[in-house]
Amino acid sequence: MVEASKPAREEILGRVRRALAGVEPGYAVPPSPRIAPVSDVVAHFAERVADYRAVVERCSAADLAAGVAAALPAGARVVVPAGLTVPVPGADEDAGFTAAELDGYDAVVTEARVGIAETGTIVLDHGPGQGRRAISLVPDRHVCIVRADQVVPDVPDALPLLDPRRPHTWISGPSATSDIELDRVEGVHGPRTLHVLLVD
Amino acid sequence: MVTCINDALYPDTGRAVVTLLRRLGVEVEFPESQTCCAQPMVNTGYLDEAVPVVRNFVEAFEGYDAVVTPSGSCAGCARHQHAIVARRGADPALAAAVEATSARVYELSEFLVDVLGVTDVGAYYPHTVTYHPTCHSLRMLGVGDRPRRLLERVRGLTLRELPAADQCCGFGGTFAVKNAETSVAMGSDKARHVRDTGAEVLVAGDNSCLTHIGGLLSRQQSGVRTVHLAEILASTEGAAR
Amino acid sequence: MSATFVGMPAFPAAAHAALGNAQLRHNLAHATGTIRAKRQRLVDELDASCSWEELRLAGAGVKESALVDLGTHLERLEETLTANGATVHWARDAAEANAVVAAIVKAHGVDEVVKVKSMVTQEIGLNEALAAEGIAAWETDLAELIVQLGDDLPSHILVPAIHRNRAEIREIFLERMAAAGRPAPADLTDEPAALAAAAREHLREKFLRAKVGISGANFAVAETGTLVVVESEGNGRMCLTLPEVLVSVVGIEKVVPTFHDLDSLLRLLPRSSTGERMNPYTSTWSGVTPGDGPQEVHVVLLDNGRTNALADEVGRQALRCIRCSACLNVCPVYERTGGHAYGSVYPGPIGAILNPLLKGVGHDDQVDSLPYASSLCGACFEACPVRIDIPSVLVDQRAKVVDAHRGGRPKVEALAFKGAAVALSDSRRLGLGERFTGLGLRIGRRFGASKWTSARDLPPAPRESFRAWWRRTEGGGHGG
Repeated sequence: MVEASKPAREEILGRVRRALAGVEPGYAVPPSPRIAPVSDVVAHFAERVADYRAVVERCSAADLAAGVAAALPAGARVVVPAGLTVPVPGADEDAGFTAAELDGYDAVVTEARVGIAETGTIVLDHGPGQGRRAISLVPDRHVCIVRADQVVPDVPDALPLLDPRRPHTWISGPSATSDIELDRVEGVHGPRTLHVLLVD
Repeated sequence: MVTCINDALYPDTGRAVVTLLRRLGVEVEFPESQTCCAQPMVNTGYLDEAVPVVRNFVEAFEGYDAVVTPSGSCAGCARHQHAIVARRGADPALAAAVEATSARVYELSEFLVDVLGVTDVGAYYPHTVTYHPTCHSLRMLGVGDRPRRLLERVRGLTLRELPAADQCCGFGGTFAVKNAETSVAMGSDKARHVRDTGAEVLVAGDNSCLTHIGGLLSRQQSGVRTVHLAEILASTEGAAR
Repeated sequence: MSATFVGMPAFPAAAHAALGNAQLRHNLAHATGTIRAKRQRLVDELDASCSWEELRLAGAGVKESALVDLGTHLERLEETLTANGATVHWARDAAEANAVVAAIVKAHGVDEVVKVKSMVTQEIGLNEALAAEGIAAWETDLAELIVQLGDDLPSHILVPAIHRNRAEIREIFLERMAAAGRPAPADLTDEPAALAAAAREHLREKFLRAKVGISGANFAVAETGTLVVVESEGNGRMCLTLPEVLVSVVGIEKVVPTFHDLDSLLRLLPRSSTGERMNPYTSTWSGVTPGDGPQEVHVVLLDNGRTNALADEVGRQALRCIRCSACLNVCPVYERTGGHAYGSVYPGPIGAILNPLLKGVGHDDQVDSLPYASSLCGACFEACPVRIDIPSVLVDQRAKVVDAHRGGRPKVEALAFKGAAVALSDSRRLGLGERFTGLGLRIGRRFGASKWTSARDLPPAPRESFRAWWRRTEGGGHGG
């Protein structure tokens, strides 16, 4: 695209080689430590997600559809991804809506790929039941279904479960900022409400 | 190692170290060829100028079992920075001498607690004091709570907690003049915290930091005195200051 | 942002103005105090369950392993990104990187872009370069928005508007938002939630219509061609997801070898940065994902002095920096002077080493003053999640500043140290005894004792030096 790119590449890589002349390239990385096991990983997850001022509700598989319905305000316009395993009456399935069209939705319901207990994090890999990244971003309320068997203790347990070729969104609570006097305030550009349904 | 600042400005601290160590049965010598640890040069960037000073240091202290100094900062320089100076000097003999010497350098509280294994040094000091852990003692050497443990065993002494104790006082060697205004801003906050404790005496393990904080406390006519840890530990009932 | 750091005075002069600003000092003390407490609580929590120090060692190790074999990892990154459908560009300096980005934007015929907060695009002055080409770059991070609307300069790595309090932010929003797009509501209060809501409304129209997004990256995984952006507000997700075209400018030191290497870094960064177990949003993407997000993805790999730093044996470790800003928050100098005094988008302890390493020393008094902007208290090293020994690098950079000026006309300070070296290398030259007492004071005077005594008293000179006492009493054996 820019003609300088090829000579720039060669020159930068040449500078790197010269800078590292005589430096041994092998470096043994010490293993990262693992946290002590907790007795109830799922409860730990629920507690840590709630710490971010997200709404966390535990329910049985049988009660899930009712739980989802209760998490959606009456009359809300709801978008759902293809492949969602829970029926959401009245919701529109994503049909490649534009950003502006998505902005007309009040809420989105998705599933997730992994839950990380220690950090209270939900990871979406945007596969079936989760949808494109945009649909879980633009609507102001995100109802997210996490199955108890998807919850792992900590970050090092989650990484091997994720396919790096897919895009990921790691979500830890609702959108927030610490930009005003370094105090955390929930609710900026992402969904201001994160409602997690944890299915036992 | 008495240190150049103590030699020139705080001889009482040096004398206190001698008194204290002798009281604890240590054979003390002051090799008169000692001058300075070279920290002012190293920390200002004058490495060439530091080389002859470090050479003098290792020659002066060659052959002793331990080099004890009432300064966390000077001990830190000897332990962590002399090797840098030796590398600059490109002199393998100096590097070897530095390696041999620096391992035997102890800040006073380390020597008392780790080498002599004492925390009760038989001191008496009937005053209210607050303790500032100087940065190089705290973070470069990691002396931890050794000075506190020593102070807690001093009879008559009341120890008051210093708020934000681990924040730097702003001395920082030539920082105190190169960035005098920032240094004074930091020191003023430290002095305020000291005054807030209501203590009569501010104690620390480095007279350089105490000169800075004490200079501010004095200018503010606070009435708080600054005293080196060694002088408190050397005090006894018979000769209470 | 039309404000610029170019032509800033050296640190002591720049600090003078900041120290005289009581509001600024209050804002900084409040904000850094808040974040220090939050960070410490989480470090202690993690330490109770495993070991913070071991995690630091692992994080430092990951970055070090990438740096010692950087050429290999960069070539691998280029290969995997390309295989994932991204276009890789290389830029030796700021001008080259800006030209690449401007050309991409112009090729799509748009006159505006939305930006995720990115240190590197500030470093290269991308917004100003794009403005010169008639392209508006909208900052979307709340603090960046405050800085941009206020025609101000960033003063902190994480929170560029840390020097502003809520009342000042309200004023800026009320006065400036209208000229940039949707105005702030007239009844805006200074509640942080209200201010955040105003930013949400103001920026949403920009997100929804943006064709081109611009980002940096916190990490770039060589093995998989994955870029990672760590953020809080969701503005990052907006910029990375909604536009058709995404351009990411990535410093070459951001590369990590493997996907698994993200483990320690993702655990260290949020705890050190915002004092959270995890930041609200982390986005990863590996080139183009068909049907999801930008379908044209560019990555600009930037040197801009990084290979200078890499060649510096002691300073190389500064390239491990993950821009968490913990060193700023614990630094007693930063807390009093704020970030502007450092004259760079990289302020604080890391800035005091990174700027001279990237730019080189000996040709700019402002850069040369930065390694001296520290009392060497060591709080930064203690807080650094990737164990950058900032005090040691500061001392090393000071030596490089002094060395760069050797050979020219020596300054008063250099003469003083040369004299001191002669005097202190042989105690006999001191003339022994009483005369030693005078030495310290003489050196002090050469340095400008007035700078000492303007606010601090000097201790009274003792009657005799220690060595004079030792001689007189034969080692304290009698008298004294």
